[in-house]
Amino acid sequence: MGKTVVEKRRVKKAYRIKEIDTLLIASRTKEEAKLIAESRSYGVSVPLIYDVDLAQGIITMEYIPGKRVKDILNSLEETERKQLCQKIGESIARLHNHEIIHGDITTSNMIFLNDRIHFIDFGLGCKNGEMEAKGVDLHVLMEAFESTHSKYSHCFEYVFEGYKKQFSGDASAVMKKIEDIVRRGRYR
Amino acid sequence: MICLGIEGTAHSIGVGIIKDVKGNCRILSNLIKTYKPEKGGIHPREAANHHATYIANLISESVQKADVDFADIDLVSFSQGPGLGPCLRTAATAARALALTIEKPVMGVNHCVAHLEIGRGTVRGCTDPVLLYVSGANTQVIAFAEGKYRVFGETLDIGIGNCLDKFGRAISLEFPCGPKIEELAKNGTRYLPLPYSIKGMDIAFSGLLTAAENYVSKGQSLEDVCYSMQETTFAMLTEVTERAMAHTEKQEVLLGGGVASNKRLREMVKTMARDRSATFFVPSRDVCVDNGAMIAWLGFLMYNSGLRMSIDESIINQRYRTDMVEVSWRG
Repeated sequence: MGKTVVEKRRVKKAYRIKEIDTLLIASRTKEEAKLIAESRSYGVSVPLIYDVDLAQGIITMEYIPGKRVKDILNSLEETERKQLCQKIGESIARLHNHEIIHGDITTSNMIFLNDRIHFIDFGLGCKNGEMEAKGVDLHVLMEAFESTHSKYSHCFEYVFEGYKKQFSGDASAVMKKIEDIVRRGRYR
Repeated sequence: MICLGIEGTAHSIGVGIIKDVKGNCRILSNLIKTYKPEKGGIHPREAANHHATYIANLISESVQKADVDFADIDLVSFSQGPGLGPCLRTAATAARALALTIEKPVMGVNHCVAHLEIGRGTVRGCTDPVLLYVSGANTQVIAFAEGKYRVFGETLDIGIGNCLDKFGRAISLEFPCGPKIEELAKNGTRYLPLPYSIKGMDIAFSGLLTAAENYVSKGQSLEDVCYSMQETTFAMLTEVTERAMAHTEKQEVLLGGGVASNKRLREMVKTMARDRSATFFVPSRDVCVDNGAMIAWLGFLMYNSGLRMSIDESIINQRYRTDMVEVSWRG
């Protein structure tokens, strides 16, 4: 076709028994392909899917030639970082508006290209309308910021600013959920 | 420097004496006494009473075994947290009393970080690992990142050891249930699907525990249920550990905590490491379980790097977070 593609192959893991491996590979591949396609339909930047092979656990999709947010976030100017984080929040809100939970929002799973945030790796995603799921989704990102970008303590704040702008539900209820989750954490 | 460490976060009271030898930990003695409840789980007050009963003798025995005098001890460390309040207080009180008596400084240490540092201090080649720390109460994936020990993944509800113990109690096994479940699992042949619950980098065990208990009440063989429980929970732990290794780009994995004794878990993590061309480390059993030597070693590392703690500052912390530790001994 002349296009650069990414073949996401869910690799068999030798450490787990065949039954678990097969179950996980098939279910995660199917779920991921569905979520990516659905996200795209709601205007969130994701790779275009060209083919899915459930038995082999392969999704063939568009290659996004940008930079991982993980690799650029720490080296931006504060205003650029703020804008980037706000964009991230707006994109997450668009997903949540349609009950799409990414499931693994870390800065390794976002590619910045053409001034847009592209989400990749929906492997742990699901459809879930509950407040809890949205809270957990954002909490994962919050933890990712704390463990990898801890020097810039306002990142999550900026993300939530963007989220609030785009989210069609009650953003403060989501924030309250996040605070609950933080409090629930062991030893907090 | 010779350091004496007192461990008392949960069911074990341990006293260990170490000597630092060119940056490595030489264990001179490491004695542990574990409280075994007659039935049910660990009752904090009863465990603390157990610790109070045995601590004084443990201290003298460990000094004797180490072939040192009290005057040779340069530092007294103790597990400051996290853990059960009454137990922590017993160990801390003993440590302060000893320190004041022999007129040497005291140092409270974080129990989870101690599990990691003893790996670095005693296992050759282990320098910068991702630690999968699996015990009764604790299940955390910890690694050094951006100047601190950070928790990359942890249990959202109960520790894996606690999950196995609860299941064991439900099928009338004696505490500790882990080894017996491991035995039963060896004879399991059928995989019974159980909830595979990972949320981001965190794991939940409660749903799985309930499902496992349901299988038993529906008449499934104990061997098959134990087998399925181990395979599922350990796969979840291995997966989260692998993801932390990918995220931090570290090439070493270390096991710690009582559940690290489980051979199936070791095998799984070792296989995962091999497939990523990473190295798998597990300390000897006597320092995998809760023990005083690891407390002594971490106390030494902290003191040696310039940290000091007054008696007032040595107050225990049941909720001592791994990432609250000032890691002054690592670059």
